[in-house]
Amino acid sequence: MKRRINIWTNIDWLVVIIYLLFVFFGWINIYAALYTEEHTSLIDLSQRYGKQFIWILASLLIAAMIIIIDSRFYVFFSYILYIAVGLSLILVLLVGKEVNNARSWFEIGGLSLQPAEFAKSVTVLALARYLSQQGRTPAAFKTLLVSLVIIFAPAMLIALQPDLGTTLIFFSLVLVLFREGLSTYLFVIGILAAVLFIATLLVDSILIYVAITVAGFIYHLITGRGAWISVKGLAIYITTGVALFAAIYLIRGTVPLELVFIIALVMSGLMYAYYIFRHKARYALITLAFLLGCMVFTYSVDYAFNNILLPHQQTRINVVLGIDSDPTGAGYNLNQSKISIGSGGFAGKGFLQGTQTKFKFVPEQSTDFIFCTVGEEWGFLGTAFVVTVFSFLLARLIWLAERQRSSFSRIYGYGVVSIFLFHFLINTGMTIGLVPIIGIPLPFFSYGGSSLWGFTILLFIFLRLDASRDEHLI
Amino acid sequence: MDRLKNIYNNRKILFYAIVFIAAVVMLSQLFALQVVNKTYRMSAENNVLRYVTQYPARGLIHDRNGKLLVFNQAAYDLMVIPGQTSDIDTAEICSILDIEKESFITRMRAASDFSKYAPSVFLKMVSSETYARLQEVLYRYPGFYVQTRTLRKYSYPSASHALGYVGEVNNNEIKADPYYKPGDYIGKNGIEKTYESFLRGRKGLKIYLVDVHNRIKGLYQGGKYDTISAPGKDIVSTLDIDLQRYGEKLMGDKNGSIVALEPSTGEVLALISTPDYDPSMLVGRIRTENYTKLQNDTLEPLFNRALMASYPPGSTFKPVNGLIALQEKVVSSNYQYFCDNGYYAPGIYVACHHFSSFNMPDAITASCNTYFCNAFRLLLDNPSYGSTAEGLRIWRSYLSEFGFGSKLGIDFPNELTGFVPKASFYDNIYGENRWKALTVISMAIGQGELGTTPLQMANMAAIIANRGYYLTPHIVKYIDNDTIAINPVFREKKEVSVDSLNFEVIIAGMKGVVNGGEGATATWVKIKDIVMCGKTGTAENPHGPDHSIFIAFAPEKNPKIAIAVYVENTGFGSTYAAPVASLMVEKYLKGKIENTWLENYILNPPDPDLMNDEDEKEEAVEEKEEIVEEKEEIEKKD
Repeated sequence: MKRRINIWTNIDWLVVIIYLLFVFFGWINIYAALYTEEHTSLIDLSQRYGKQFIWILASLLIAAMIIIIDSRFYVFFSYILYIAVGLSLILVLLVGKEVNNARSWFEIGGLSLQPAEFAKSVTVLALARYLSQQGRTPAAFKTLLVSLVIIFAPAMLIALQPDLGTTLIFFSLVLVLFREGLSTYLFVIGILAAVLFIATLLVDSILIYVAITVAGFIYHLITGRGAWISVKGLAIYITTGVALFAAIYLIRGTVPLELVFIIALVMSGLMYAYYIFRHKARYALITLAFLLGCMVFTYSVDYAFNNILLPHQQTRINVVLGIDSDPTGAGYNLNQSKISIGSGGFAGKGFLQGTQTKFKFVPEQSTDFIFCTVGEEWGFLGTAFVVTVFSFLLARLIWLAERQRSSFSRIYGYGVVSIFLFHFLINTGMTIGLVPIIGIPLPFFSYGGSSLWGFTILLFIFLRLDASRDEHLI
Repeated sequence: MDRLKNIYNNRKILFYAIVFIAAVVMLSQLFALQVVNKTYRMSAENNVLRYVTQYPARGLIHDRNGKLLVFNQAAYDLMVIPGQTSDIDTAEICSILDIEKESFITRMRAASDFSKYAPSVFLKMVSSETYARLQEVLYRYPGFYVQTRTLRKYSYPSASHALGYVGEVNNNEIKADPYYKPGDYIGKNGIEKTYESFLRGRKGLKIYLVDVHNRIKGLYQGGKYDTISAPGKDIVSTLDIDLQRYGEKLMGDKNGSIVALEPSTGEVLALISTPDYDPSMLVGRIRTENYTKLQNDTLEPLFNRALMASYPPGSTFKPVNGLIALQEKVVSSNYQYFCDNGYYAPGIYVACHHFSSFNMPDAITASCNTYFCNAFRLLLDNPSYGSTAEGLRIWRSYLSEFGFGSKLGIDFPNELTGFVPKASFYDNIYGENRWKALTVISMAIGQGELGTTPLQMANMAAIIANRGYYLTPHIVKYIDNDTIAINPVFREKKEVSVDSLNFEVIIAGMKGVVNGGEGATATWVKIKDIVMCGKTGTAENPHGPDHSIFIAFAPEKNPKIAIAVYVENTGFGSTYAAPVASLMVEKYLKGKIENTWLENYILNPPDPDLMNDEDEKEEAVEEKEEIVEEKEEIEKKD
């Protein structure tokens, strides 16, 4: 099945063009974000935009090298690269330079390198290698377990730096497992657990109990065979709940509401159990157990957060979730970020005309908040352009992944899609207040040699694999 | 084989769905933020635009001779932007500013509570010495800076009531005029208040661009929207500061008031109300503390008696009653009435101390109660009016021409109207037609319900001096060296309907008061070479000894000054108010005091108890005459 083909013509140039477009547009925005009267040259090497120019040139070189190397290299060396980067993640914890209370950087000469940025691509390589082996499917428990270890081993090391933003990105690879056959139940339960976990920390748990109960009732009403029994169940549920609430209130004055909810559910559950027993409706039993599970989970998360975690740990989680509204902290960033983007209007204030940008109101504007510069100076036209083209890029990458004939390439492709998707969603989402502030870069746009190189490697290995999709099956 | 593994192919839908939904959600949120919502543009402007007010220098105030009375000195407000401060050496700052550490902490907290990123005043009106010391260390304290403003400074510790003072605007003032912003200064009283719109100038505004550290990066749009401040206009007051200060010196620690006018123009030459205060007390950081102190002072130093105190005018009111009686022809200038130690009428007795017959001028000179009670009764109960109420109405209409019972309209806040009762006032007490001239006879001699202010009495003296007209008293002569902005009302002559011949009758009497006549009450204050016409008065005071009053004008022909002097609780008009008035007139007309004996008598008064003793007074007068004679002899020898 081996055919020699010209990889240069077989490369997906559309993706390459989008890549170049983004890198160039990102560079211009970094220039705008850091522009000073004293340094007007775009390639002034004393400034970040000058340095980014070097990083871009180096990226193009790296991209070319990746294309030149035989695609089988990435398959055969995947574990070795994975272990090598893994070791560097351990090493950085020992000898790394501490910046902002995190040991994330190696300093070699004048160059700073962030191994975590490279960990993403090698983890995807290793995962692709492992899952693409004969007879492996995430539907199998052992394979799932090993896959999770492959994914979360580097993630844990990165969390120790600590760099919680990058750690979070590794969760995106669970999507790859789903694509490759992870049980829908497990996947949904996992997603739900994650959503419940975050929701519990963000909003009052009482709201969650109510939401879960209502959702369960509606679900049962729609799918269950007996609407009447649902109504009866709800009646018992509400009656028990209110009675309990009243009783506890009369005795103690204060009521642990979550207990009332759970007990009420158990009481109505007894009635359900009778119904289930008589009609052998296992279906309803699952719903019931599921609801109970959700509540217990929420209760435990809440309990653990409030009673087991130490205050400084709580604060850290709050900061990651953007709950901490310290105006100089996350709340300030979000506010200024929204002002920057919102003040851009439809057509933007014009290149180098953004006052928010020019006078440095948004911290980290050349790195994590580069999207603000786009929003302020290029307006809705600019942001819509970035969002649309980025979404198109992701769709194109999904399409490319699907056309792979080898599992390795497909899995790797989905890994690339998942990681870019998370970066894009979290980064742009946080600047406009849809997602809590989590400090991760916007691929191709944000300033930084390591991140740009990391994304370039991630993308171009996939383009290389795709270019030789007809060459050999791996 | 691989194809077999790809059985979950349809799960790609989830990926496409996530990308599609994410794109839609993201684009909607961006559309909402950037296109629909317009408030972010404003927030961005608030972030970078700093509006810095340029405070203009307030206009200066001069006296009528060009002497500078009020000017400006630089003051420094220490400002702080709490969000930018770091590494504060609290001990050093406190020692430089001379404040306690607790005070530092509370000020800092107040500033933080207001805003972490906007400047607040940390300490107001730092002295220039402190400012100099502060400047040496300020570079080490980011977030602190000094804003320059101007404060009022006074050349003399005088004329506090006339000049008024300047203070921070209150909420009502901000509401009334949106020109004012919290922290601005506004004239609170006196000239400062009435002429606020001229003195204040116009504030300017500079719009700066600042970065996130509040560092100024330049002018917004090159200063296109900036406005330039215009300095306040200078004012020349009608006051003669030398006369004013001399009057304050003469009043000493006595309570009372002096108002001196230039009859031909209505210009206020001196406006004194004692006790007063040093205007410098109400400037700067000490203002609030001192204001409270002055406000709580039982002697009411903030109370401007010249315009706001209403006294019964006493005998000083006799000239105007005389004028009305003459004009209404109820008496003629030669009409005689006999005083038998008082005025006797059915059910009434008004004490007097003469035993002779008086015509009008003599009655003024001798201040005969009997004569004026009779004249007043003849006036009010004149059968040709039909009723006493009508008589009162006619009398009252004359008085209102003289400016009594209503505000004169001086360019001064808080002027009092005084009180002249209407017929209805008595109807309410006694019932309609159930009262007669005798019921209200005390008004014949300026007592009873009558209330007049020192300003009104000085104006009355001016009317007599002018033989029948006055110009509304005013205290400002030029604004910005021009009369154009002066209210034209102050140039309008206001005539009273009394013939000038009748004035001459009264003036003859008033001339006698000072220059000798039968029973003259104040000859001892006669001024050498100047004919001063005056009238003594004594206002009965329920709270203590009588008030001593004197009104006068001089010289008799072409009068240059009209004056009213009130000295509270010092007895007869001749004992205290008359010498003060005499000295004021002499000072103004001669520019110096030749009658040093009289001056000494006022400045170092003998025991006030003795002052009421007639013998002592006569002795004092004789002593004075001896001195005058001696002096004349010395002059003859030369």
